[in-house]
Amino acid sequence: MSLPAPAASVPRWDRPNALTFILTVLALAFLVWSFSNVGLSWERMQRGFPALGSILDRMFPPDLERLPQILRSLLVTFQMALVGCVLGLILAFPLAILAAEGLSPHPVIKQMARGLIALFRTVPDLVWALLFVIAVGLGPAAGVMAIMVDKIGFAGRFFAEAMEDVDKGPQEALSAMGATRLGLIFSAIVPQAMPSFVATSLFSLEKAVRGSVILGLVGAGGIGVELKVAFDLFDYDTAATIIIAVFLLVVLVEQVSNRIRKRLL
Amino acid sequence: MVLALALPDESLIEALPPALRIEGLRKAFGARTILDGLDLTVEHGTAVALIGANGAGKSTLLRMLVRLIEPDAGRMSLLGEAVTELAPGPLRAFRRRVGIVFQRHNLVGRLSALSNVLHGVQARKSGPRTWLQTLAPAPDRAEALACLAEVGLADRALQRADSLSGGQSQRVAIARMLMQRPEFILADEPDASLDPRSGEEIMDLLYRLAKDKGLTLVVISHRLEHTLRYSDRIVGLADGRITLDRPSRKADPRQLRQFFTGRDHDA
Repeated sequence: MSLPAPAASVPRWDRPNALTFILTVLALAFLVWSFSNVGLSWERMQRGFPALGSILDRMFPPDLERLPQILRSLLVTFQMALVGCVLGLILAFPLAILAAEGLSPHPVIKQMARGLIALFRTVPDLVWALLFVIAVGLGPAAGVMAIMVDKIGFAGRFFAEAMEDVDKGPQEALSAMGATRLGLIFSAIVPQAMPSFVATSLFSLEKAVRGSVILGLVGAGGIGVELKVAFDLFDYDTAATIIIAVFLLVVLVEQVSNRIRKRLL
Repeated sequence: MVLALALPDESLIEALPPALRIEGLRKAFGARTILDGLDLTVEHGTAVALIGANGAGKSTLLRMLVRLIEPDAGRMSLLGEAVTELAPGPLRAFRRRVGIVFQRHNLVGRLSALSNVLHGVQARKSGPRTWLQTLAPAPDRAEALACLAEVGLADRALQRADSLSGGQSQRVAIARMLMQRPEFILADEPDASLDPRSGEEIMDLLYRLAKDKGLTLVVISHRLEHTLRYSDRIVGLADGRITLDRPSRKADPRQLRQFFTGRDHDA
């Protein structure tokens, strides 16, 4: 049996069109310019690494003298993340229904809900924290509100997508028997989207715990305030204790969240 | 028992308007005409098998009867309701009276068989207590269990729907339809995607339930032997119109075969 003659003229790559070529060159030029614009230089790195080494040296051994106060702040941080996350998830659910294709009562409402979710998602939680610190004052309440808004944006999008992606068959069956829209959502859609809801909720909590540490840096309560004070006072060994405590909290939350996810899904 | 419906008196049946009357029904998808001025009348308590080749418009017609698909023209009267003229509110109320069995069963896989059956009560009620069997009031839960028992699956009540076999899954869908307490049953290839034995059992169950409760049944099946055995009347659809209409006992299988062309499981 003879094989067909090889096609000698088959190109190895597709020739890019002019527009693709120009855009690629521009993107590469922008990248090179970005490198030069951020002030990253070999000299600075040479100076920076020994300085970092010196800070690390002053961090160890960590100072455990303020451990009780640090653990109390850590607890507040976790509670801030938990409350903000739960409130955000609760509010994200109705907003996701209004934003979901096929569930929203009106196209204008759908666009408004999507716009709101996009706004909440795209503005970083740190910016929300700055706003809420001004609005409600320093402390965990501002952090809770910042996390809540951030999670509405994050979970709202994923909840809506999860509800849009479910099998439409059960909806057709319930719709054909005259079920109400609410009946349709809670009987046919929510049970199907539940694994995705659980995964998104747990991921939101992990994200909220990580984020809540940073929020303290702008005065929104929790362990971040302690960390900022420690760095401001060059108290690096206390800072090390805080960083290790935060690391352990985040790892613990991720582990628990993974276990719950595996058990439920 | 709650589910048992008495058969109407013979003289009353004669006085009643037909269960279904269709006049000049038209439907086109783009340039393709599916139904071209279709007329059909079905009397109460009759089991009608709708046959036709793929794309003949059988499923479209079935969905149009409850306006899951909107007709382009024509009039339909089902259970005395002018279906084509119903506004959204009355349409929803009307749909409650018509039970539909789908080819794909359309169950919520992550919920128990009992919760899926309970959903049928949403034809009459709404609210959180109709969403899950755990929340349901005792009478509704008992009725859902009775519906499951009627299709022979009472022992699978708490089993997740996605762990049931194809035949069991379709039985749960039929139980859900019974929970709706329908006055008219539409079944779109309920025996498709099932093995021959399960398909036969499902068709037998549907026909028996319709007869026991005196309900009108319009069923689509692509299996000739089911069409002949589980119907009183056979209606054949071709070129957008009815080209065959006769009592099942007088139907000639050879003549029916042309409506099943292109299918592997023709009898």
